[in-house]
Amino acid sequence: MSPAVPLEESDDEVGNLVLGPPEIARALTRIAHEILERNKGGSDVVLLGIPTRGLPLARRLAERLEAVEPGLDASRLVGSLDVTMYRDDLAHHPTRTIGETDIPGGGLDGKVVVLVDDVLFSGRTIRAALDAISDLGRPRAVQLAALVDRGHRELPIRADYVGKNLPTSTTERVRVLLQESDGRDAVLIEGGTR
Amino acid sequence: MKHLLSTADLTLADAIRILDTAGSMAATQGREIKKLPTLRGRTVVNLFFEDSTRTRISFETAAKRLSADVINFSAKGSSVSKGESLKDTALTLQAMGADAVVIRHHASGAPHTLATSGWTHGAVINAGDGMHQHPTQALLDAYTLRRHLSGPGDVTGRDLTGLRVAIVGDVLHSRVARSNVQLLHTLGADVTLVAPPTLVPVGVEAWPAKVSYHLDETIADDKPDAVMMLRVQRERMSSAGGGFFPSPLEYTRRYGLDARRLAALSDHAIVLHPGPMNRGLEISADAADSPRAVIVEQVANGVAVRMAVLYLLLAGGDAAPARPTNDEAKVNA
Repeated sequence: MSPAVPLEESDDEVGNLVLGPPEIARALTRIAHEILERNKGGSDVVLLGIPTRGLPLARRLAERLEAVEPGLDASRLVGSLDVTMYRDDLAHHPTRTIGETDIPGGGLDGKVVVLVDDVLFSGRTIRAALDAISDLGRPRAVQLAALVDRGHRELPIRADYVGKNLPTSTTERVRVLLQESDGRDAVLIEGGTR
Repeated sequence: MKHLLSTADLTLADAIRILDTAGSMAATQGREIKKLPTLRGRTVVNLFFEDSTRTRISFETAAKRLSADVINFSAKGSSVSKGESLKDTALTLQAMGADAVVIRHHASGAPHTLATSGWTHGAVINAGDGMHQHPTQALLDAYTLRRHLSGPGDVTGRDLTGLRVAIVGDVLHSRVARSNVQLLHTLGADVTLVAPPTLVPVGVEAWPAKVSYHLDETIADDKPDAVMMLRVQRERMSSAGGGFFPSPLEYTRRYGLDARRLAALSDHAIVLHPGPMNRGLEISADAADSPRAVIVEQVANGVAVRMAVLYLLLAGGDAAPARPTNDEAKVNA
């Protein structure tokens, strides 16, 4: 992965742009409102982003929660949850680099944890995240927010908050680009035969 | 990386990757539940032909924290005492399905033989061979040095450029010194070996380190950021000092770290010792128990470093995935 390298023009020709910056911003704003509505405020909410791209999304959601709900502090809402050591496919890939896990001050016991990831696909990452959470504490509830749900689940897992449902074929690739890591906001579909 | 046999095999990138991974592992060890499921179903054999407490326990703890199954095998009370060869022992372990063999052996080069012979298909990790290498000890020393001395903030990704480290004592018999000289050199630190001439190995001029015979001069002139005291390995010497030094008292006077020399160190300097310590010989109780001594922390860091090594050698595979995950697709795209 090569973060922060601005993409060349030719990328747009390869990829089919599905969401641009305004659509991503609107989706996140809607998800933030849904989180507050569903949990009757944000006092017990902890947003855990799954590195790499779940983390900046979690930060953006936290900023929106802070803006809507007075008394919330964005920096104390967000954490990072690395799931590398809980994955079930470690033996099928070259060794992965372990990311950072950083749980906000109050811990997870009794909180409502909202997992944040960019793309929901097989559901295996979320399965690993659920295992990781159970080693860290006992939240009152765990919910899932994904910017894109592209289908093809392999496990009984579904998202509570979805930015966009994107029907795809398994041969296609969904790329999420974010300002923080890639220099611009975009969701692209690449490859496959449409 | 398939095996870990010697610190001389590690590139700068390899070494930093191990230290960074150890940092991630250490972060998980402050939790209430320290066990991770990462190496579930893998088998690690601790094959110890030489006595050891801390290294064996450290490897065992590391493997268990990653959920691997651990089989301890010590030469005493096994078929080795009936005369079984290393080859037959290795073939037996292979038949039992060992994914990794952690080996300590009194003969230098035994881990290399095990790794290159084809007797076992698992990863081989050298846990100390004769007077040759003890790479995980050097890695945990480097990890400890980096944590304390590479400046404030997040130490991830940093090397040890510009640090001055004095390694003092029985260099001749020390695999810890050999491993450290090579690893610290790779990481950019300047190493000075301090020992009586009788305990400096032949051929030391080829090592990437300076040699001094005077501890006081080195402390005064070099102003080391860290002093690593080595154990005087009397079991490898014939009697008393074995002719290597006139008497333990004289050794202590000239090369022991006592309260006076401790006070002469720079304010930020730390004291390391690979253990077990001979209190009163190479290190006084004042020095061993001072707040500058990071000896107990070295043991804790040893578990994190060994978890990192086991993770990097065992967790990954090269089999192609059944189908690319979305994560994968993003990486390849």
